[in-house]
Amino acid sequence: MSAPALPRSYLEEGYTLRSWITTRDHKRIAILYALAITAFFFLGGAAAAIIRLELVTPPGDLVSADTYNKLFTIHGVVMVWFFLIPSIPATLGNFLLPLMIGAREVAFPRLNILSWYIYVLGGLFTVTAVIAGGVDTGWTFYTPFSTLFSNTHVVWAVMGVFIVGFSSILTGINFIVTVHRMRAPGMTWFRMPLFVWANYATSLIMVLATPVLAMTLVLLSVERLLHVGIFDPALGGDPLLFQHLFWFYSHPAVYIMVLPAMGVASEIITCFARKPIFGYRFMCYAILGIAGFGFLVWGHHMFVSGQSMYAGMVFSMLSFMVAVPSAIKVFNWTATLYKGSIVFTAPMLYALGFVGLFTIGGMTGLYLASIALDVHLTDTYFVIAHFHYIMVGGSVMAYLGGIHYWWPKITGRLYNEAWGRMGAIVIFVGFNLTFFPQYILGYLGMPRRYHEYPPEFQVLNVLSSAGASVLAVGYLLPLLYLGWSLFRGPRAAPNPWNARGLEWKTASPPPKDNFVETPEVDPVPYAYDPEEKTA
Amino acid sequence: MKWFLPQASDSAARVDAIFFTVLAVTGLVALAIFVLIFVFCLRYRRGANVDRSGAPSRFLPLEIGWTVTPLVIFVALFAWAAHVYGGFYREDPSAMPVWVVGKQWMWRIEHANGRREIDEMHLPAGRPVKLVIATEDVIHSFFLPAFRLKQDAVPGRYTTLVFTPTREGTFDLRCSEYCGTDHARMGGTVTVMAPQAFEEWLAKGTPAESMAARGFATFRRLGCSGCHDPRSTVHAPDLVGVYGRLVHLADGRTVVADEAYIRDSILLPKRDVVAGFEPVMPSFQGQASEGDILDIIAYLKSTGEERR
Repeated sequence: MSAPALPRSYLEEGYTLRSWITTRDHKRIAILYALAITAFFFLGGAAAAIIRLELVTPPGDLVSADTYNKLFTIHGVVMVWFFLIPSIPATLGNFLLPLMIGAREVAFPRLNILSWYIYVLGGLFTVTAVIAGGVDTGWTFYTPFSTLFSNTHVVWAVMGVFIVGFSSILTGINFIVTVHRMRAPGMTWFRMPLFVWANYATSLIMVLATPVLAMTLVLLSVERLLHVGIFDPALGGDPLLFQHLFWFYSHPAVYIMVLPAMGVASEIITCFARKPIFGYRFMCYAILGIAGFGFLVWGHHMFVSGQSMYAGMVFSMLSFMVAVPSAIKVFNWTATLYKGSIVFTAPMLYALGFVGLFTIGGMTGLYLASIALDVHLTDTYFVIAHFHYIMVGGSVMAYLGGIHYWWPKITGRLYNEAWGRMGAIVIFVGFNLTFFPQYILGYLGMPRRYHEYPPEFQVLNVLSSAGASVLAVGYLLPLLYLGWSLFRGPRAAPNPWNARGLEWKTASPPPKDNFVETPEVDPVPYAYDPEEKTA
Repeated sequence: MKWFLPQASDSAARVDAIFFTVLAVTGLVALAIFVLIFVFCLRYRRGANVDRSGAPSRFLPLEIGWTVTPLVIFVALFAWAAHVYGGFYREDPSAMPVWVVGKQWMWRIEHANGRREIDEMHLPAGRPVKLVIATEDVIHSFFLPAFRLKQDAVPGRYTTLVFTPTREGTFDLRCSEYCGTDHARMGGTVTVMAPQAFEEWLAKGTPAESMAARGFATFRRLGCSGCHDPRSTVHAPDLVGVYGRLVHLADGRTVVADEAYIRDSILLPKRDVVAGFEPVMPSFQGQASEGDILDIIAYLKSTGEERR
């Protein structure tokens, strides 16, 4: 290949700290986000490690009850708002969305870097709350505990979450406008990769739901600081109002976490099955259906909260409805494998792991949607297991799969496949060992947020903690071999997986403006052929 | 290690029936999916010499089929579970009322005859029970795993649960809504007794006064009787037999004078002013505890029963 036409890669555009923190390149911003959320992931993970260590024995003997309460609060706050919500959209989404639609940039590059700064500022507030002594309300900040009873740094933590919400909103606006306005010629809506569809739907949720959270947290702070009666019944308020407002954001937030993961899994499975994704249009509609129905089910967090019995029944029905498009996606991924030519690379193992864990997580959601059964299971470890299967088994597994899949594109280097596969397997095994016993614990009646527990629950808790240590090893492995690859890995070709999609039609890593010339769009998405001759 | 939870109430059997049905359905479907994935992965692995021709990338009947089938199953599950859930809140005039008040970090239980318990609840087997649940401070959740029931105790309102204990024995009682430092220690036991034994237990420890009698004393101590007596010079509604009646409010609404209405009237008297009266009543916030209010409600209820 004759070299002169090749421009510098985005990584070679500058090596100084200044060149990074003043960048407007969506690819560099993705890297900045990846570094920041990785730091928060290990902070939240450290809290989880102490929690699991405490729960090895029934009595509360490792940390005090108050410390334990602060640990699960910080674990939740950090993992939800500083890792999971930005995870795939702000890193892989930022990096890939313009590449996948053949654009040179996102629509608002300055807003993009601003969103990262806002994220960091919000993070500083939350870290300050932790250093100053912590918060003990749980990540849900339920009133009146958070407004009238907690003596911890609630307002600092709440302000951190309030601020970081604006970074989601800016990312959401950016993605929506980018998808609408900046698609390359020929990139029609139904030629877009599912990863783009998923991030588009996610962005809609971010823009519509996050302001409700922001407003709710302001009201909470106003009540706590100024004693204005909003949620306090003694002043004429209503604690259920807080729950309605909180879950109006926080349920759709689950779909902010899992839709992009579905997008990642779709890209990987179709590539390594060498088959077009089965039922592409149904997949698009399912994404939109999940995003839409996701707004109508918040009340299923409140079946025993004292909301009207009939409201509970309506929310139960709607919660079953949201399971339909989720089921469609699982069936379609399975059907994509049929008559494929399947290669078990590390990203594929992560993606298959995602499908398995998401299936279990999604199906256990049916237990919780069955309203009479939810009465028994809610606020127990069954719920903990359920949402970890979705948010960790699902989202984190897919995030790591995506990191591996696009690693050559992002860094221009290859990682060691054997290590990658081992990482995926260790995480899958460790995850199941950690969280499956918690389903049983929940059915047997162990409530969540318990610093100590009756001795009859010890066997399952020990299993879970043992699994957590395997999981911890699993999460450290990629850090090591990917770190090694970053400096020592062999150079990657533009398209090492022989994948379709515009992001593979440019150099690895891509130049600053993504494409030397506007790429040509395939007439159908995912034009893979299982019968192709492999080199 | 106990692997099975005892079924100690009518609700437990009903909830377990749903649980094991959902377990069977999801178990079978998950198994089918995992077997398919496994078989496809094995059979169609790269390099395997198999026929890969003619795989469709869409097949509408199949797609509609696997959309409609779950939908039908889901609607059936929904209806069944909603029916059972409705039963937890059924109106049952024969149900024996028991009052539950959560407080950081204990449960106070009160019986109609005035007997009080802390972190213990005694119930007779075979008789419907209606729990009326309140809290003195934050949200708690009254969790009875062996009954498959829980209900939040919410500041500012009363919540209820109706069920019939079916099995004698001692079962766990927990708090399942995070409520601060000692959340994990907030709990105790429920003892279900034979009806005769329960009556004896109830009579044995009975204090001098029933809840209603104590409510009457509180009604006088707080000065309620000064205004709400028919002979009083202050113009205030007569409360004899008010419980359960329709009340017409100054703003045109009509409400039933239930527990929540009476509680609100004591703590937030300006909220629901009775038609034809001036809003002159002061709030008794800070003076009347949740226990006092439950006593007063019991007293007002009893005045209605006397009149009948």
